[in-house]
Amino acid sequence: MAEKIATREAYGAALAELGDKYDFVVLDADLAAATKTGVFKKKFPERFFDCGIAEGNMISVAAGIATTGKPVFASSFAMFAAGRAFEQIRNSVGYPHLNVKIGATHAGITVGEDGATHQCLEDIALMRTIPGMTIINPADAVEAKAAVEAALNMNGPVYLRFGRMAVPVINDTTDYKFEIGKGVNMKDGKDVTFVATGIMVDMAMQAADELAKEGISARVINIHTIKPLDKDIVVDAAKATGAIVTAEEHNIIGGLGSAVSEALCEACPVPVLRVGVEDAYGHSGKVPPLLQMYGLTVENLVAKAKAAIALK
Amino acid sequence: MEQAKLNSLKKTAAQIRLDILEEVHSASSGHPGGSLSVADIITYLYFEEMNIDPKNPKMENRDRLVLSKGHTAPALYAALAEKGFFDKAELSKLRQVDSFLQGHPDMKGTPGVDMSTGSLGLGFSSACGMALAAKIDGKDYRTYTIVGDGESEEGQIWEAAMFAAHYKLDNLCVVIDFNNLQIDGPVTEVMNPTPHDKKFEAFGFHVITIDGHDFEQIEKAFAEAKTVKGKPTAIIAHTVKGKGVSFMENQVGWHGSAPNDEQYATAVAEIKASL
Repeated sequence: MAEKIATREAYGAALAELGDKYDFVVLDADLAAATKTGVFKKKFPERFFDCGIAEGNMISVAAGIATTGKPVFASSFAMFAAGRAFEQIRNSVGYPHLNVKIGATHAGITVGEDGATHQCLEDIALMRTIPGMTIINPADAVEAKAAVEAALNMNGPVYLRFGRMAVPVINDTTDYKFEIGKGVNMKDGKDVTFVATGIMVDMAMQAADELAKEGISARVINIHTIKPLDKDIVVDAAKATGAIVTAEEHNIIGGLGSAVSEALCEACPVPVLRVGVEDAYGHSGKVPPLLQMYGLTVENLVAKAKAAIALK
Repeated sequence: MEQAKLNSLKKTAAQIRLDILEEVHSASSGHPGGSLSVADIITYLYFEEMNIDPKNPKMENRDRLVLSKGHTAPALYAALAEKGFFDKAELSKLRQVDSFLQGHPDMKGTPGVDMSTGSLGLGFSSACGMALAAKIDGKDYRTYTIVGDGESEEGQIWEAAMFAAHYKLDNLCVVIDFNNLQIDGPVTEVMNPTPHDKKFEAFGFHVITIDGHDFEQIEKAFAEAKTVKGKPTAIIAHTVKGKGVSFMENQVGWHGSAPNDEQYATAVAEIKASL
């Protein structure tokens, strides 16, 4: 059994580690204990600023700091970063293309018990519409840490999407390499391809194993960078396997499934079925039954893969 | 203030007003009322107060201005052009597809613009970020921001005010351009944001109230703001919307509409006659 670590934990640890090497500022909106920016605060109190419960102000403040040449991480829950402060991200950060990294934690239904108001299922959709925004949704702690450093090393706004729940570490290999905008072929296959992001990558790997038992060969691609999307890897998969199943902990409207569909419609139309939250709000509950309730399961991925193959 | 300095400022302000009128008349679009109300304050900032270099618009230790009420960009563009940040000929291309003078300030495209603004309520926060960055790095530049009285109805203005006082940003000075009019009518009738002085005091600011068209009062206020330690300063500047053009003064209809040829000629003649 793989070790389990929440990507938000990796985020906080990465900030604290990178603080030795890079000059940047971290802002939070009264959630440092939960977003894990508190780990950075403890080590670098002079470079951490709590903005209180005022996310819109925090994002515009971050933009102002960034105009002076200093990168800024601004953190809150995904709902209040991408949701509450959408317009500040668009106009204060996106339009002037400033070097602000939005560290959004508690994305998706795996927030659990707090329920629908806190389970952001539309952040990827919102951020995708902002020109020049890079969107990264890491699959595990290893990827999350790599993503934070990569975001810091690029100039311009980045939306980093992290989860609350501890998830299996799947990228702890010696040859692991993270490159913004490059999808990762996790497993080769010829009958169907899972294009997955975040926590769904591990489930897609399990679904591929299940399908193999029935003689179906499934490819698995990890899309950690949803924008800019690695169109080449997706189109290659469509050409090679002829059927695609996308998988994301997000509304099926506007997220990875939409991005992949848009790319394939233009370059290589093949059946695309989308696994995600089907245009619904979240719900309070423990994570396993919530994942069942919304169809974010290995069983659903297997069923959708078969259905996609049948559409070929 | 010496008479010569006062005369020079008045002359520059008149030129800024002529430029504003030229811009919005050429564009047949834009916001003359608020641009004219803030013209004297912007004149003082760019021609007396701020440490800036038109040849080096990104100078690291420059003073910054965030025009939070971004729709009055014509006043800012006029000051930047008169100061030499770009060619004055550009002013007649305001709001056109072949110009870098956007309807609202764009820091990426226009030399001398320190922050992209226009969506009300956002700029003040960004000015706080610039002032905080100076504190972090031990730099001595000052940050100015101009907020509209109507704009102060935005909740984020008060989030920013809380932030500025909490982090003791005494290198930050916010000017409220209190011209008493917003699109739907007098601010006190649409959604009364007053009293600004008591509100900013309660939020932890040093507050100075002035006539925003009196250069001696403007000078004193900015000088006083520099002496304040441990808290930001708010200057409540009472102004006249449309100031300097008789038929525009205190008329809400001139918030966001451009003069026709005849009105433009009358307005220009009035400003010139005031010199």
